[in-house]
Amino acid sequence: MDFKNTSDFVSSFWSLYVIVIVAVSVIGCAVFLWFQGTAKFKPGEVTGHVWDETLEEYNNPLPNWWRWMFYLTVGFAIVYLMLYPGLGNLAGSFGWTMRGQYEQEMKKAEETYGPKFNQFLKQDIMTVAANQEAKEMGARLFQTYCAQCHGGDAGGAPGFPNLKDKDWLWGGTPEKIVETITNGRMGIMTPKGTKPDMDAEQVKDVVHYVRSLSGLTHDSARAQRGAELYPQACAACHGPDAKGNPAAGYPNLTDKVWLHGSSEAKQIEIVTKGMQNQMPAFGEFLGPAKVHLLAAYVWGLGGGEKPEPAPVAAPAEAEKPAEEAKQ
Amino acid sequence: MQSQATYNYKVVRQFAVMTVIWGIVGMLVGVIIAAQLVWPELNFVEWLSYGRLRPLHTNAVIFAFGGCALFATSYYSVQRTCHTTLFAPGLAAFTFWGWQLIIVLAALSLPLGFTSGKEYAELEWPIDILITIVWVAYAIVFFGTIGTRKTKHIYVSNWFFGSMIIAVALLHLVNSAAIPVFEAGILTPRSYSAYAGVQDAMVQWWYGHNAVGFFLTAGFLGMMYYFVPKQAGRPVYSYRLSVVHFWALIFTYMWAGPHHLHYTALPDWTQSLGMLFSLILLAPSWGGMINGIMTLSGAWHKLRDDPILKFLITSLSFYGMSTFEGPMMSVKTINALSHYTDWTVGHVHSGALGWVAMVSIGSLYYLIPRLFGKTEMYSVRLINVHFWLATLGTVLYIAALWISGVMQGLMWRATNPDGTLTYAFVESVKASYPFWTIRVIGGLLFLAGMFIMAYNMFKTIAAGRAVDDAKVLEPAHAH
Repeated sequence: MDFKNTSDFVSSFWSLYVIVIVAVSVIGCAVFLWFQGTAKFKPGEVTGHVWDETLEEYNNPLPNWWRWMFYLTVGFAIVYLMLYPGLGNLAGSFGWTMRGQYEQEMKKAEETYGPKFNQFLKQDIMTVAANQEAKEMGARLFQTYCAQCHGGDAGGAPGFPNLKDKDWLWGGTPEKIVETITNGRMGIMTPKGTKPDMDAEQVKDVVHYVRSLSGLTHDSARAQRGAELYPQACAACHGPDAKGNPAAGYPNLTDKVWLHGSSEAKQIEIVTKGMQNQMPAFGEFLGPAKVHLLAAYVWGLGGGEKPEPAPVAAPAEAEKPAEEAKQ
Repeated sequence: MQSQATYNYKVVRQFAVMTVIWGIVGMLVGVIIAAQLVWPELNFVEWLSYGRLRPLHTNAVIFAFGGCALFATSYYSVQRTCHTTLFAPGLAAFTFWGWQLIIVLAALSLPLGFTSGKEYAELEWPIDILITIVWVAYAIVFFGTIGTRKTKHIYVSNWFFGSMIIAVALLHLVNSAAIPVFEAGILTPRSYSAYAGVQDAMVQWWYGHNAVGFFLTAGFLGMMYYFVPKQAGRPVYSYRLSVVHFWALIFTYMWAGPHHLHYTALPDWTQSLGMLFSLILLAPSWGGMINGIMTLSGAWHKLRDDPILKFLITSLSFYGMSTFEGPMMSVKTINALSHYTDWTVGHVHSGALGWVAMVSIGSLYYLIPRLFGKTEMYSVRLINVHFWLATLGTVLYIAALWISGVMQGLMWRATNPDGTLTYAFVESVKASYPFWTIRVIGGLLFLAGMFIMAYNMFKTIAAGRAVDDAKVLEPAHAH
């Protein structure tokens, strides 16, 4: 069985079935036209049938140009079917397949364009970010693969992070950005608004506490009550100081960045129902060279962090047992 | 010589009037969604958002406007060419009320968000069952009338109407096969397709393309074969051509669906066949155009001052143009450029506005006075105004979308020296705005013409009387 053959036949019977029907149909069109086209009739003579007082028909011969156009299309079909797939499992003498065409074009593209991308793979990301040519290529890749969610200017949209600022959910070092693009990210916040967690009033209280941390309007009595609820309800992920944890994608609640909106109603909804947000993985689709260029472009948009030996992640890791102990 | 029986004009009248009403509704929704593309702020409430109004537009213009036009003209012409009254008049009345009920249910359920997700077959299963019942009743009335005809030969318009009725029944039954479910009580029906994956896509486009082929082509060719020779007062150009192009058309159309699925998961052999039979379809399609336009040979001068003939002959020209364009677009290399662009939408509208709507409008202008005891419409001048509005509207519409379609195709495939895409998708959207604006204007012109038609129709009705005593004519002479 030819691997490239994309027909879905479960047995050779169906292939034969298609071959017979197609052959009979295509040739049948020509034969039908031949017999009808050569029948004898006189131009300008009516058939003699009359309907509804005035409806009559001439029996003019088929226009020759029309007949030959018909034959031409049938002839084209016969030739095409010998060259290309169409008759069941028969591949056609060109051996053409859609898949083969795709692979050939991709191979050619790889040969032509591959070196242009691969030249940057050897350089570290900060060097690439400073290279004007790489920046332009990265920008074009960004417009094709990233702009749909993060926006043409990388400024983000509700639910899709701004990539230009210094706020990083999963870390802004070159390695972290590569990791994010390659494997994608899945952010999950568990719902807290159902028993045995918190009732509606408590959710509102804790929301007001969180709002107070970043200077949003809040009811101070509620914020006070919320402060007492926060350690148990939220600190495990967002940290006792509410500064989040980029090692696991937990957002900082003390800054001015609100990915899903900063209205009280939205925040109550998120705390009550939880939230899931996903960035798809691009590693397999784009390959390492393009991911490298994209990471450099994103890193160079203004918020890139220096690749330090993860000073952010380490303390967070260290605090974790303490948090758990608190609960 | 006349017999005592009279033609059943009541059901014809009902369908004819509703054709104009639903035409206005369907085209108004079309103008709204065209405007929503230019001004997205117009999507202000979910029931009237683009995603829900678009299927309402297609269903309304195809099945409400086009469907009523087919019912009206086929019921009228089948009686007159068979020299007998309509078979089973009770059933004929049922088809009218049943079809209107289906349209109302569609107009309610689609904006509410009910959809089976199949293009041009979005209605949920209870409505699908109702469609089946009404369609079977239609078949009984139509073929019953043919069966009780007083002439030996069956006139060519009836071949086309008949093939349309049979093929649409087959298409509807196979494509709408679904597992019927009530999600949460009787008001929430859901249809889960009986097919999966690429088979589902293939069945959908076998249906979709043949809805075009049989509903919008064969059916309206039936209309053309009655009203063009009637209005021109000339014999049909060639009986032989009718025979050849009829059988070739209904045979090859059935194969053409896969050209909607080029370069998808559909197997290579199926794609090839879809393309080849679409090309073979060119000559059979053009057979109808030749037969219609050449019917006028020897009477070309009538085109100068008969706006009804202008409608009919212009519709045949658009028919010829779009049935040339269609086979070309089915060629894989051309399809690689045209697919998913506005070109497809423009192509559909050169068929829908230029052919289907214009041939229906021309036929109705012939029909309406005869149903209301008049020899012509209240104002022939207004028919002329309507003709120019419709022609200009159609040309603006399709020219704008040709340009934007080709532009989109070229922008999407343009690459930089490094192989990256030159344009982000959104840039092609931005570049399309001027053309979408022209499309809105074209649609508005066409819609304005329909309002003029409605005015002309109601004036004609007001001045006339419902004709219910037209005696069935004896056949001209023994066949």
